[in-house]
Amino acid sequence: MRDDLKKLWDFMREVTGDDAYERYLARHRETHPEVPPLAEKEFFASEQERKWSGINRCC
Amino acid sequence: MPNALSKLIWVAIALLGASAIGGIAIHRGEQINALWFIAAAVCTYLIGYRFYSAWICAKVLVLDETRATPAERFNNGRDFIPTNKWVAFGHHFAAIAGPGPLIGPTLAMQFGYLPGTLWILAGSVLGGCVQDMVTMFCSTRRDGRSLGQMAKDELGPVGGWAALIGSLMIIIILIAVLGLVIVKAMKHSPWATATVLGTIPVAMLIGLYMRGIRPGKVLEGSLIGIALLLVCVWGGGWVNGSAEFRGMFDWDDMTCAWFVMIYGFSAAALPVWLLLAPRDYLSTFLKLGVVFMLAAAILIWSPTVKMPAITQFVDGTGPIFKGTLFPFVFITIACGAISGFHALVSSGTTPKLLANEREIRMIGYGSMALESFVAIMAVIAATVMEPGIYFAINSPPGVVGKEAADAVAMITSWGFPVTVEQMSTLAAGMGESTLFGRVGGAPSLAVGMATIFSSTFGGNLLDMWYHFAIMFEVLFILTTLDAGTRVGRFMLQDLIKHVSPALGNVSSYPATVVSSLVFVGAWGYFLVQGVKDPLGGVNILWPLFGISNQLLAGIALTVATGIIIKMGKVRYSWVTGLPLTWLAVVCTSAAVEKVFSSNPAVGFLAGANKLAADLAAGVLSPEKAAAAPSLILGQRIDAALALLFAAILWIVIFDMIRMSRRFLAGKPVQPLSESEHVTTQLAWARD
Repeated sequence: MRDDLKKLWDFMREVTGDDAYERYLARHRETHPEVPPLAEKEFFASEQERKWSGINRCC
Repeated sequence: MPNALSKLIWVAIALLGASAIGGIAIHRGEQINALWFIAAAVCTYLIGYRFYSAWICAKVLVLDETRATPAERFNNGRDFIPTNKWVAFGHHFAAIAGPGPLIGPTLAMQFGYLPGTLWILAGSVLGGCVQDMVTMFCSTRRDGRSLGQMAKDELGPVGGWAALIGSLMIIIILIAVLGLVIVKAMKHSPWATATVLGTIPVAMLIGLYMRGIRPGKVLEGSLIGIALLLVCVWGGGWVNGSAEFRGMFDWDDMTCAWFVMIYGFSAAALPVWLLLAPRDYLSTFLKLGVVFMLAAAILIWSPTVKMPAITQFVDGTGPIFKGTLFPFVFITIACGAISGFHALVSSGTTPKLLANEREIRMIGYGSMALESFVAIMAVIAATVMEPGIYFAINSPPGVVGKEAADAVAMITSWGFPVTVEQMSTLAAGMGESTLFGRVGGAPSLAVGMATIFSSTFGGNLLDMWYHFAIMFEVLFILTTLDAGTRVGRFMLQDLIKHVSPALGNVSSYPATVVSSLVFVGAWGYFLVQGVKDPLGGVNILWPLFGISNQLLAGIALTVATGIIIKMGKVRYSWVTGLPLTWLAVVCTSAAVEKVFSSNPAVGFLAGANKLAADLAAGVLSPEKAAAAPSLILGQRIDAALALLFAAILWIVIFDMIRMSRRFLAGKPVQPLSESEHVTTQLAWARD
């Protein structure tokens, strides 16, 4: 039961993008640890800019 | 599950679905329970998903789960990112499900519940779901390219240009018609207006919160935002009850139209984090929440559908929009059955999230089936109210008369009894001064939803539910409106940069302001035309929107058909070829009727000529005479546009046929632009 709730919570975080920065950090550490990662604020700002430069809402 | 048991279950689903559809179709006289609609819909989607989509994936597309997707090959942790399939499903569904499937079916109920329901079910399972899935497949095999790029690569420059112009035009018309829906919901409704205005500072506050105070805390920010939105609904009620403030928010439709245009411009010109992005978080949460709440409420309350199966308006004399059942039911209901706009999300956006090709079936076909289900809920919400009330809300004053007594007399004479008292009681219950002539679909949907919610969850809160529903609709219409204005601005700048590099520079602020103004001007022109139209605007703009949306679907299906033929599967080309043929017939007939019909309420040219003749004869009132010249010009522009849409569709179709004939004759054509097979390394996505 607790595990299921945790899973649901993780799903909610992933689907809303709430954990996007944590995922970015994890991937960053894996791929190029020598480069300093973006701060959470910068990362979020650039993500929003990217997301809204294409079509992602319909009628 | 043992094989025999599984077969038995599918036979049972098929039987239930068939009897539900049969029940809906042959049911006459007595009223029918809405649960039959739910049963018919769910069984249809299950059968379509289990058998048709599986067959297409296995035989036509031949999905290959060993093949690395663009998300894996180009993984940059940003737009290309292998994503859990349920998360990708959530993103895709949130992207495709807009206000379209709620409004189109509401308007189409003037024909009775049957034609719209059958089209939503057949159109989605055989058309819309197939389009979304096949487009997603084509884009995934092509590094996640956009529809326009694929049209250019596979058909040639003609196809590419057609897709580009088609996408730009559909966005302009879409925003104009959605703007009109908001205007008609807000005009002379202080409660709705105050609530809608309140959502703007709420969105900005959440934007500031997510940017500065708690960066990236999306869930937390959104929950605070939703709570504040509920306060806005309550606050609107307070404004409505206050003698002092009520007048400040009592706007006529032209004021509302200006508000919508200024809002659209600001949202496109301001940084996204301040208004656009936070509003989208709020509206997406609300949208998904309300859709599930509505489904639960319908199941719990199981209301009775009061609308007849078929009304006399199939002959083309309907009050909400003019035009016969064929082709107009297929144009009015685009989203929910087949929506070309989806092809823009199914290519370019979602393919970059797929961890495995296999998931195309669930995400492409499944999401559209769910959207179609939303359309069925809109059908139910529109038909559980007394038909007389439905027509009184949705009929423009230009058709049934400005006076309440005239309107009810005319609607009652059609065989849908309604009284002035009934309407005033309803309006008072909903916290509105009047509900007559509130065209556009949103108010009648809100009345339906408020009735369903308050009957299910109890409490004497009709007015709160009504304005909650209005707020919910307006919120995500505004999201489509500002996201569309922004994307449209980018597309416009992409075109302009060939002429003026300075204006095409997307990172220059003056260029942003100028191109946003031009784009808002383009949709604003059609919006104002709709507001001025004595028949309520829906009659002009909604068919144009439907035609443009089906045009885009036609382009997507043409590209897909060309690709299937070049894959050497000409014997399966009917999978996309049949829905394409149907759309071409529907789109062309509708465009021809809207342009050339001799009935001035249907044909744009006849409408313009009649108005010109009346103006010349001096039979118009001074007020109407003043508005006439711009209405005449507007209708002629609409005619040109409808013809342009039909022409673009046929140009692309002929281009595809030419290419396919060359291919089948063994002559050289542009080769398939599919990327090479790379074997996937993602174990979690394969197993």
